[in-house]
Amino acid sequence: MAHAAEAQAGEAHVHAPQAFIWRYVFSKDHKVIAIQYYVTAMFMALIAGLLAMLVRLQLAWPERDNAWLGNLLPMGFQSGVMNPEFYAMLFTMHGTIMVFFVLSTAPVSGFGNLLIPLQAGARDMAFPFLNGLSFWTFLCGCVVILSSFFVASGAAAAGWTSYPPLSALKGAIPGSDMGQTLWIVAMVFFIASFTMGGLNFVTTILNLRAKGLTMFRMPLTMWSMFLVAILGLLAFPALTAASLLLVFDRHFGTSFFLPAGLVLNNVPLMGPDGAFLHQGGSPLLWQHLFWFLGHPEVYILMLPALGFTSDIIATFARKPIFGYRSMVLAMVAIAGLSFVVWGHHMFVSGMSPYLGMAFAVGTILIAVPSAVKVFNWLATLYRSRIRFTTAMLWALGVVSLFISGGLSGILLGQGALDIHLHDTMFVVAHFHLIMAGAALFGVFGATAYWFPKMFGRLMNEPLGKAHFWFTFVTYYGTFFPMHYIGIAGHLRRIYDPYQYEFLAPLKGINEFITVSAFILGLSQILFFVNFFWSAFKGKKAGENPWDANGLEWTTSSPPPHGNWPGAIPVVHRWPYEYSNPAAPRDHVMQHEPPFAGEPRH
Amino acid sequence: MPGEILEKARAHAGGPRGPVGSWGGGGSAGPDGGIAADPRRLGLWLFLGTVTMLFVGFTSAYLVRRASADWRPLAIPALLWWNTAAIVASSGALEVARRRLRGWAPVGAVPWVFATGILGVLFAVGQVLAWRALAARGFYLETSPHNSFFYVLTGTHLVHLAGGLVWFGVVLSRVRRLAYVPGEDGLGLFATYWHFLAGLWLYLLVLLFVV
Repeated sequence: MAHAAEAQAGEAHVHAPQAFIWRYVFSKDHKVIAIQYYVTAMFMALIAGLLAMLVRLQLAWPERDNAWLGNLLPMGFQSGVMNPEFYAMLFTMHGTIMVFFVLSTAPVSGFGNLLIPLQAGARDMAFPFLNGLSFWTFLCGCVVILSSFFVASGAAAAGWTSYPPLSALKGAIPGSDMGQTLWIVAMVFFIASFTMGGLNFVTTILNLRAKGLTMFRMPLTMWSMFLVAILGLLAFPALTAASLLLVFDRHFGTSFFLPAGLVLNNVPLMGPDGAFLHQGGSPLLWQHLFWFLGHPEVYILMLPALGFTSDIIATFARKPIFGYRSMVLAMVAIAGLSFVVWGHHMFVSGMSPYLGMAFAVGTILIAVPSAVKVFNWLATLYRSRIRFTTAMLWALGVVSLFISGGLSGILLGQGALDIHLHDTMFVVAHFHLIMAGAALFGVFGATAYWFPKMFGRLMNEPLGKAHFWFTFVTYYGTFFPMHYIGIAGHLRRIYDPYQYEFLAPLKGINEFITVSAFILGLSQILFFVNFFWSAFKGKKAGENPWDANGLEWTTSSPPPHGNWPGAIPVVHRWPYEYSNPAAPRDHVMQHEPPFAGEPRH
Repeated sequence: MPGEILEKARAHAGGPRGPVGSWGGGGSAGPDGGIAADPRRLGLWLFLGTVTMLFVGFTSAYLVRRASADWRPLAIPALLWWNTAAIVASSGALEVARRRLRGWAPVGAVPWVFATGILGVLFAVGQVLAWRALAARGFYLETSPHNSFFYVLTGTHLVHLAGGLVWFGVVLSRVRRLAYVPGEDGLGLFATYWHFLAGLWLYLLVLLFVV
């Protein structure tokens, strides 16, 4: 680890633990925990990304003989051809790992832990022990979810949404057996870990802000973390409840989600008395509980990216963020609306059209605060002298994806259109652009921007830019054509699309998508090389390499244990004071007292 | 003198601000207009918020499932009334102990703390007995959906209560060592959790058997 803070650490109020194991392994320091979370999440991303490559391989050339892959993954291939069951495991685990163990973790648990105390002016999180415990709980979840590939019946295969009865009947498909049990156990670890993190985030932000740092002087990144933590605390319990009921249905014979009349392998599920084993349960109940979590969850992925983007754009446009308060209110509105729109995932479930209409209206309302954010970013960029750093490119990428992915969201939010588009590749295109893509680009941007606060060094710019352009072009190359094949009726989660005559003409587009996806996957090597090379050999960064304003830029890179060697700075303003013509230089940092003639604000 | 003891107590507790545990209250000064709460109190309330949402999730599942055709209501096991009395009395005893402690009578608080714990254990034992009584009459977990919900909801409550009893063990040992400073609301945090559990039980009782 490239921590060079030993010298300063002694000057902080409390001495840093000296033994390696307490310093870097079972650490309670938020910066170490942040890096642990980040690196673990990136490792999980690597695995989930490889799973996606296999999915794409299958969709482009389902009949192809992949003998070499068969040798590598004997459980998934039969004489060089992928098993349908294995394919279902691939997309299930890709979704599960990416949504929970990568894109909830890297931005929230990774950068949240790194940035909240630094931006708030706190020595550490409110509950450092809970913070460390949270990481190790998370790691248990990672181990459990990965171990499911190594059980005889294979990993979970009911989709990342785990709809019953597929997920509730142990014999339904191979993945419904041990793999599904491990899926539930991993979720429990994840939720416990995220809850501990959320308690820490909210308490730290409400209680430990530096003197002068009022809520409306907080950087937008901090606001996004605050909202995300609240969303997590309020939404995840629904999945806990649902998972617990699912466990009882799976293992103890209850009928929460399982209706009567189930037939398994052509044998009705009846007891010796001739009555059905399960009675009266409702699979829809799971869908409601799952999506009550699921929709806020996708905003948990996205909101931090919106926060990072606002901070990065203001810094490199050298302008105050346009409409700060409206940015905050827009995020609050997006977070609030996320709790009342879950039904839009269930338009085709036989829901009353009146109820569907209510969900549709709520969903389309989200376009309003989203548009506010986009206009504010564009207004910030308008007539600015942009510094095109790698971080800025990623932030602009987020804006681009947020627009293109958001527009298809308006289409999907209408019940009538959704009946046609539901469960097609159009949906896959939509959520990969807006939720996955924006979150991923946000993480890359934040990595480039705050890398000095992680390792005390700068990332390599040419390598970072190459990574950006390869990723940007191939990301659109992969996901944009999915809109077309989705409208043409290409189902998602389908093992062999070409078994249907009407999908056969789409093979060419699918091959194009797959080639794009492979280049996208390969481009990520650039990132990993850059990350590890820069962490050890990158150019040393000073306190404030970007001439930015936040409190995190008032301490050394990386900050010492305790974050500030001396007293904690006092805050006098918001963090977006750029290019004020009355100020002595082009930016005024948060801790600088009012300059001569400055009006109070 | 009392002021001095209070200072010591605050230092012992890590101070009202700053990360709990390792920074000895040397953390940040308060923000203008920020909430000056004890971080542990705030953290506890957030935790109770997330537990509440867990039971909101169960409640919505219960209400949806109850509307189905195979719903056969379960008669309330009589033992539950005794259990209810025990958990409510336990909360009451804890309130008395808390008042004694705040009123500079720490020794007088000890028996009431004991009463809190004994009544809490009685409730837990009573719940297990109630399950066994039901099972003896042939009402198993999977017999009918109302049974299933009864076992799952009371079980989840009991798991939270078990956590409370572990915390109670810590409280008890501190009370016996007279580690709480007279005049301070040393039992406040635990009381918040304990009363929450009693309230949650009353809610479950109403949900399962009254509404």
